[in-house]
Amino acid sequence: MANKKDKTSLSRRALIAGAAGAIGSTVLGDTEKASGQSPAAQDPTKVLGDPPTSVGERSAHVHLQRTVSRSYPSASSGSPLQDLDGIITPSDLHFERHHGGVPTIDPANYALLIHGMVDRPMMFSLHDLRRFPAESRIYFVECSGNGFRGFRASSFREDLTPQQIDGLTSTSEWTGVPVKTLFNEVGVRPDATWFLAEGMDAAVLTRSIPVEKALDDALIVYAQNGEPLRPENGFPARLLLPGWEGNACVKWIRRLELADAPFMSRQETSKYSDPLADCTARIFSFEMDAKSIITFPAYPDTLSERGYWEISGIAWTGRGKITRVEISTDGGSTWDDAELQDPVLPKCHTRFRYLWQWNGGNALLMSRAHDETGYVQPTLEQ
Amino acid sequence: MARQIRWKRGVWVGGMSWRDAVLGIAFLCAGCSQDQGRRAENEDGSRFGFGRHATPEQIAAWDIDVMPDGTGLSNGEGTVAAGERLYEATCAACHGATGIEGPNDRLVGREPREGFPFGQDPSFSRMRTIGNYWPYATTLYDYINRAMPFDRPGSLEPDDVYSLVAFLLHANEIIAEHDVMNATTLPAVVMPARDRFVRDNRRGGPEIR
Repeated sequence: MANKKDKTSLSRRALIAGAAGAIGSTVLGDTEKASGQSPAAQDPTKVLGDPPTSVGERSAHVHLQRTVSRSYPSASSGSPLQDLDGIITPSDLHFERHHGGVPTIDPANYALLIHGMVDRPMMFSLHDLRRFPAESRIYFVECSGNGFRGFRASSFREDLTPQQIDGLTSTSEWTGVPVKTLFNEVGVRPDATWFLAEGMDAAVLTRSIPVEKALDDALIVYAQNGEPLRPENGFPARLLLPGWEGNACVKWIRRLELADAPFMSRQETSKYSDPLADCTARIFSFEMDAKSIITFPAYPDTLSERGYWEISGIAWTGRGKITRVEISTDGGSTWDDAELQDPVLPKCHTRFRYLWQWNGGNALLMSRAHDETGYVQPTLEQ
Repeated sequence: MARQIRWKRGVWVGGMSWRDAVLGIAFLCAGCSQDQGRRAENEDGSRFGFGRHATPEQIAAWDIDVMPDGTGLSNGEGTVAAGERLYEATCAACHGATGIEGPNDRLVGREPREGFPFGQDPSFSRMRTIGNYWPYATTLYDYINRAMPFDRPGSLEPDDVYSLVAFLLHANEIIAEHDVMNATTLPAVVMPARDRFVRDNRRGGPEIR
C-alpha cells in the first residue's frame, strides 16, 4: 500500500504498513540474538547467576546508545527517545552538546567565582556549594537547535527515528543551590540587571543572562539523577535555567559576572540569534517553545497485528506545565486527548499515552501539545 | 577539635573515626545556635558565611570578557598587515585562505549589501559573516581571545588578537587598511548589522512569533 506523504506536520508521524504479516518489532529496537547454547544452559533456574557488582550494567540484551554527530570537538549526541520509558533520561544517555569538547576537571581544584556589581566578590569550592541548602528538581534540558532536521525543508526526511529528529533533549533530576542564594551571599547590587555565565571548557563559553532568571528559578547544579554530574553534562557544576535554551545553561561553570548590560558574546549574537522575515535578528529568545513527539510507534517500528496499541511519547514546554496533548491517527482530520502520566511537572518532559485500536489500514499519527500559557504546538506550515 | 569532615559523595574519599564524628557533631551543634540556617530564600537576609573572598589577582586571571563599550579590552594594538600574516599561519586551515572557503565558519563577506535576508531566504543561512551579521566588533576580540584557534584556545597575545581583528574587519570592508585596532579604536567601530538586532519582546499566549 502506498504511504501517505504529508510534509506539513512538524509533529512526529509514523507511517504504518498496512500489509498483513508485517514483521514484528520490539520497542527497544533490538531482537534477541540466537545464542547457540543448549536449552538447558539457557534455563536460569538451573544455573547459578552472577555475583553482586559495585557498579551495575545493563543486560547484554539491551542496547541503548546516543547517536553521535561527527564533528568533534564541537559536537553533539542525541538521547534514544524511542527506547526510553517514563520521563527520566538515564544519565549516561543524556544528550550532549559542546563547543570545545568535554573538559577534564579535577573537582578538588574547582571554584566558582562571582564578581562584578556585587558587595563581596567570592569564590566557592564544590564543597562550599554543597554546604548551601540544596534543592532537587526534575527539569528537561533542550538544545536550541533540537529538531532542526524536521524544520528545514532541505534536510527533511521521513526515515528518521525520534532520536534523530528530537534527541537533543533529556530530563533529569537536578540537585544544586539556587543562584539567588549565591547572589544573596555575595550581595548583588540592586542595579545589576545581567550576569555573564562563563564555562571552563576549551570554548570558555559565555552567555549573558538576565538577573531576573537568577532570582526566579535558576540553579547551580552539581548532581544529576542522584550522582555527580556526568562530565559531558557539566561536571562538577553547571548553570541550569529551567525551561531556557540549553546553550545558556553553561556547563563547567566557573564564573558569574554581574553587570547592568548584556555582554554580547559570540554565542548570543553570531550564534543563537533568530533572523526574522522582517529583516531583523532576534536575540535573547531564551524560552523553549512547547513540543511533543511520538516515541512509539515510530520509524522504523512496524506493528505485528491489528488490535490495541498504546501510542506513547513525550511533551514539554519551557513556559511551565503541559496541560494537554492531542493525538490524531488520521493525519490531523480528527483529534482526541491523550492521558498525561503523573506527575506532570513544569519545565519537564511529560509522558503521554493514547490507547489506539488499529484496524490494519494506513494511518498517519500526529501529536499536538498545549501548555499552561495557552500556547499550542504549531505544524510546520504554521 | 574534630578532623575536617571531607565530602563523601563518591568524588572525594574521606573518613573519620567514631570519636571525630562525635566531636564533629558537637561542634556543628554549637555552631547551629548562632547560625540562622534558613533555606534558600534567605527572607531574613542572612548569609551563610561559606566561600572565600576573591582577590583581585584571582579575578583578573579569569575576567577575560570584553563588553560592547570596550570594557575589558587589554593593552596592545594590532595592524591589518600583521593580522594577515597571522591569519595565514593560524586561521586559514579552518576558515579558508580568504575567510570564505571553509570548511569551518565563513568569516568574510559583505553580500548582500542591501537588506538583511537571513530570515527570509534559507539559502543565506550559511552566508552569515562578520561583515554582514555580527552586531559588535568587540565580540570579535572577545571570542578570538578566549576560544581561537580551535586547537589552541587562549594562546594568542593581545597584540596578535588585535591584529587578527584588524585583518578580519578590513577583509569585511569595515575598517581601512592602515587603521590600527586597540582598546580605543575597536569599541568605536560600528558594525553594519548592529541595528538589526532586536531583543526578544514577544508576549506569551496561544501563538508566539
